[in-house]
Amino acid sequence: MNMNATAGKLLRRDLVLAWRRWGDALNPLMFFVMVALVFPLAVTPEADFMRKLAPGILWVAALLSSLIGLSALFGPDFEDGSLEQQALSPVPLSYTAFVRVVGHWLVTGLPLVLLTPVIAIPLGFTAESLPALLALLAPGTLYFSFLGAIGAALTVSLRSSGLLLPVLILPLATPVLIFGARGAQLALLGDWPAGPLYMLGFMLMLAASLGPLAIAGALRISLD
Amino acid sequence: MPADSRLLQTDKLEIWRGDRPLIRDLDISAAAGEVIHLSGPNGSGKTTLLRCLAGLTLADAGTVSWFGRQFAGRPDPSTRARMQYLGHLDALKGGLTPVENLASLDALRMGERLMDIDAALDAAGVSHRRNIPCRFLSAGQKRRTGLARLLMRQAQVWLLDEPFTSLDVNGVAMVTDWIRAHAANGGLVILSTHQPMAEGVVSREIRLEGAQ
Repeated sequence: MNMNATAGKLLRRDLVLAWRRWGDALNPLMFFVMVALVFPLAVTPEADFMRKLAPGILWVAALLSSLIGLSALFGPDFEDGSLEQQALSPVPLSYTAFVRVVGHWLVTGLPLVLLTPVIAIPLGFTAESLPALLALLAPGTLYFSFLGAIGAALTVSLRSSGLLLPVLILPLATPVLIFGARGAQLALLGDWPAGPLYMLGFMLMLAASLGPLAIAGALRISLD
Repeated sequence: MPADSRLLQTDKLEIWRGDRPLIRDLDISAAAGEVIHLSGPNGSGKTTLLRCLAGLTLADAGTVSWFGRQFAGRPDPSTRARMQYLGHLDALKGGLTPVENLASLDALRMGERLMDIDAALDAAGVSHRRNIPCRFLSAGQKRRTGLARLLMRQAQVWLLDEPFTSLDVNGVAMVTDWIRAHAANGGLVILSTHQPMAEGVVSREIRLEGAQ
């Protein structure tokens, strides 16, 4: 069995599909930018005050825009029967799920991380704090993708899962939200946020190792 | 029937849908070289039974054994590698061409390689559409593309749910030939269809009556 070749082809499939329908991938990004940019307009243009809110705004925007793209993760594959074929493949479903979540993050999460400087500066972040911000958001958004995938897998067969998904995953998203925002605060003060980074790394390891098992189990239930 | 040629054995299989039993006390025994036709009215449980045999749906009572091994849940990977299930959904992405679709679907299969993508598309009669996104294909062409997977890799067991849907006369004859050849090669085919099957292809019919 050559599972690397399987992973490569699945990843390629997801990236090609995303490339051909790039408008879909753009939606969460637009949301991310808009949420972050309307805050200074609505609250205050005062830079010192905004700087206090900025870490929280940035992370809430990242979390919410991660949630927006989740229905596209398993929904189309469930509708057209691709998910059945993934479940019946000799390749373990948890492995397939892992690959697909990483692919999803490459399309939705990574652009969000790369776009962060565009909104961080207007929010009052200093240029020196940007490396730390990106270092925090990369594992943070990947964590949101793995966690969100569990919820997406559980709700993929439900007709109206719109509100159920965020309710399911928000409790488990809050630790990363808290540590991420705290890390961004430290970065703003000019410190390297080592502590929050370790915490996010730990949460990511947990989600990336155990998450696929939960996703596979949830997908099997949804397919039954 | 000698035990070694027996590929599938179900024992008192029972599947419920909602609050009613759909399939009850079903004993099937199938050997290599057989073509089994599941028949019955709409809603009699043909799709459910095929999904259960494939391992997508769990039986509520009774057991399913493949290749002499009984599975509580889904069959294990080596057993899954020897089975090919085609549901009524083609598993094709509208945004991908037939070649791209088959490449990503083939990546999920592990059996011995029989044909490459171009040869399979050619055999299925859709090679002229190989580089056109599947959303522009007709229903019959999509079906042919989905069925072309059967030719690409060795899988002893074919579970086909309504394989003839939207196929033209030539398409039905083509797939019937594939089924006949597969059974002659020692394969097992279990299919559901409402179409009358050609003489001499089906070795046995199992009629499902649905809930009582």
